[in-house]
Amino acid sequence: MPNDPHALTVTLRVNGEETRFDVDPRTTLLDALRDRLHLTGTKKGCGLGQCGACTVHLDGRRIVSCLTLAVMADGASVTTIEGLGTPDALHPMQEAFVACDAFQCGYCTPGQIMSAVALLQEGHCGSDEEIREHMSGNLCRCGAYANIVDAIRTVAGATDRSGAAVPSREDA
Amino acid sequence: MNAPTPAIGQPVSRVDGPAKVTGTARYAGEFAPDGLAYAAVVTSTIPKGRIRRIDTTAAETIPGVLAVVSHLNAPSLPYHEMEKRPQVDPKSGDQLQVFQGPDILFNGQPVAAVVAQTQEIADAAASCIGIAYEEAEARTVFDPGRGREPSEETAKGGRPGASGRGDADGALAGAAVTVDAAYVQAREHHNAIEPHVTIASWEGDRLTLYDKTQWVQNVVDEIAHVFGMDKEKIRVISPFVGGAFGSALRTWPHVTIAAIAARMAGRPVRVELSRRQLYNAVGYRPHTEQRVRLGADRDGKLTAIVQEAAAQVATYEEYAETTLQPAETTYSCPNVRTAYRLVEMDVNSPCPMRGPGIVTGLYALEAAMDELAFELGMDPVELRLRNHADTNEKTGQPWSSKELRTCYETGAERFGWANRIPEPRSMRVGTELVGYGMATAIYHADRGAAEMQATVFANGTAVIRSAASDMGPGTYTSITQIAADALGLPVDAVRFELGDSDLPTAPVHGGSITLASVGTAASAACEALRDKLDRLPAKGGSIAETLRANSLDRLDAKGKAAPGEETKTHASSAFGAVFVEVRVDEGLGAVRVKRMVGAYDVGRVVNPKIARSQCIGGMMGGIGMALMEQAEWDERFGKVMNANLAEYLVPVCADTPDLDVVFVPGEDTIFNPLGAKGLAEIAICGVAPAITSAVFHATGRRIRHIPIMAERVIG
Repeated sequence: MPNDPHALTVTLRVNGEETRFDVDPRTTLLDALRDRLHLTGTKKGCGLGQCGACTVHLDGRRIVSCLTLAVMADGASVTTIEGLGTPDALHPMQEAFVACDAFQCGYCTPGQIMSAVALLQEGHCGSDEEIREHMSGNLCRCGAYANIVDAIRTVAGATDRSGAAVPSREDA
Repeated sequence: MNAPTPAIGQPVSRVDGPAKVTGTARYAGEFAPDGLAYAAVVTSTIPKGRIRRIDTTAAETIPGVLAVVSHLNAPSLPYHEMEKRPQVDPKSGDQLQVFQGPDILFNGQPVAAVVAQTQEIADAAASCIGIAYEEAEARTVFDPGRGREPSEETAKGGRPGASGRGDADGALAGAAVTVDAAYVQAREHHNAIEPHVTIASWEGDRLTLYDKTQWVQNVVDEIAHVFGMDKEKIRVISPFVGGAFGSALRTWPHVTIAAIAARMAGRPVRVELSRRQLYNAVGYRPHTEQRVRLGADRDGKLTAIVQEAAAQVATYEEYAETTLQPAETTYSCPNVRTAYRLVEMDVNSPCPMRGPGIVTGLYALEAAMDELAFELGMDPVELRLRNHADTNEKTGQPWSSKELRTCYETGAERFGWANRIPEPRSMRVGTELVGYGMATAIYHADRGAAEMQATVFANGTAVIRSAASDMGPGTYTSITQIAADALGLPVDAVRFELGDSDLPTAPVHGGSITLASVGTAASAACEALRDKLDRLPAKGGSIAETLRANSLDRLDAKGKAAPGEETKTHASSAFGAVFVEVRVDEGLGAVRVKRMVGAYDVGRVVNPKIARSQCIGGMMGGIGMALMEQAEWDERFGKVMNANLAEYLVPVCADTPDLDVVFVPGEDTIFNPLGAKGLAEIAICGVAPAITSAVFHATGRRIRHIPIMAERVIG
């Protein structure tokens, strides 16, 4: 903020564009994105690192931006949901989320998608079970998880839908 | 005119999907009026007493602080009584008045707010405010023995202390088979991922509120009464709502705080509640304890239902639920008696949460029905079929439609219910016990009066407008489909504008009424528009050609729809049957839902893709209710100790079972011309008792306290 003697200058490369601004050292990366840079696609759900709505990529890794101070990200590259695609040119994961109806209210969705894209890079899309496990840091209170898994599987090209067989009388 | 394929019934992808997946959908807290300042709310740390002193000196000296607001300097507000309270407000008592005096009514009550140039400064300054209290003895223990009858106003509003028919106690005494069991349901919190947030902006005496709300026009009404303002001077904007599940039905105190703070700071102010604050700043599903007694003959025909419930309530306001309605409507039974009590505590007021009341009462009723089936040695589905209510026996009305039998049949078939070995603990996979359980779902179908404006343009597009909301069920999409069909246009040529109080009247976005209310208004408006088009002197093929042939750029029409005679002649309800398989690891006490099948009668399904999403969402909510969600209450402080999303457990992706949703065919054109009954609430109804019954089937143990956490399985 202006006139603040405690302000620190940070330089971030956000969605490929370098931006430099003064920031209160207490400002989280999340609040810097939302309130300073007006990139409100990254959502605040809890501010406690518990819900995953604020997930962004920092130098290619997914992080919760509410637990990262903006000054800690000085010099880093940040990718937010705005950097993935636009309504007219969706990223394949965004497209899959729409096609699979992988959300309802849409508020956790940017975080889910940022995690989902990271999952592909991490190589954690081998099975539905693996996808579910590695997506469990992103809460969806509307309960769209089954469709989120569908969307990620579609993009990953994985076909594994196996689970243990339904028990029958023979098993019992 | 070449009419496109009808959109209704098609699995159209959400029209607001691209905006939501790219982060361009703008939620209430994301508006940025010029000069926006940020508030932090300070809350009480005692459950009852008075503020003796507030020390704001330290906070005020922090550079960037614009205002510190408390009862010491806040404007005195009239809080006028509304002529007719909206259905989202309790009928008795008074809402919490913010910053109007020193009294503390619950732990977590807002007592001050700091407005600053940034959120960081506001938060830091808020932590510097010192408050001294004079503590009073607080009622923080839920003691059903202290339960009292609801007030007359509450009883008139459909939540009476006593209701029923016949002689239930007499019939129970003479019943061949009986069940008598007590059930506890924990206090639950909505925990939508978007926090509650309001931005207030004054321009002279005009107020604009960007608010997370399920009812923009009611916010106008409420704030007009709180401030003694002219309604015309208030506008509420809320184009996207990041989930709510009932928590944003009412206009909560923080909306007033935002308006006060903006006035005192002389600039627009955002009040965004923290996750921890949400556990007190908005309501919750109240802790409820119930006793159910059932009597039946040897063939399983119910002869008596006695259901009693006691729910927690605040001292200042009387929120009550329709908890005991299912006892009177779900099954055919000549003798029913219900008793409803409220237990006053020094807590913030509870409020509706998805399936309010019904889901609570149905949990206990359906759990007891499972116990009865076991006592009778009868299949739980067969027991339900033998007690099918052919009419609504509470009102004596026929149902406008009811396909519940088909729900049982279809659900059981898809689930493979026939494979269930009746004896508990008889099914196993590896080291895990397997349990099958089922329950009935029922939720009354209602609608409200709604208006819609429809406009067509010479370029062949159309806009429909209504002050409705879309907190996630797909209002934008389903009503666009309805309008597209009514106008004979493709879906992508129609745009729906909502979430603005200046738009035509819409009822509350809750209680599963939106589609039946706003959807029928959309049909009416589009039909009125077609009539207007037909009466134009020059004819053209398409709408666009007709307009151009008449040298018109656009044409508008309004339409409205409201419930009518059918509410007197018929009872309307959505129905369903839920089937669940659980796996129980007795060593760990872990219960996992393996799969779930829900078969639903919701009338006409406008968009099967989005409808299914609502149903799987309700199923996940039900899993939370049955197995995870519980406010950990500390009686010493009158406080929720797990007020965050790591310790208040909600279902995560790894908890997701295989979910199968089927809609049984049916259209309820008695209920409304569209034939849709609404399905938000029905999707959570019956899930919890289906799970608890499956846990019994797996383990042979009745756990009558939800959520069934590991300690309750082991203990």
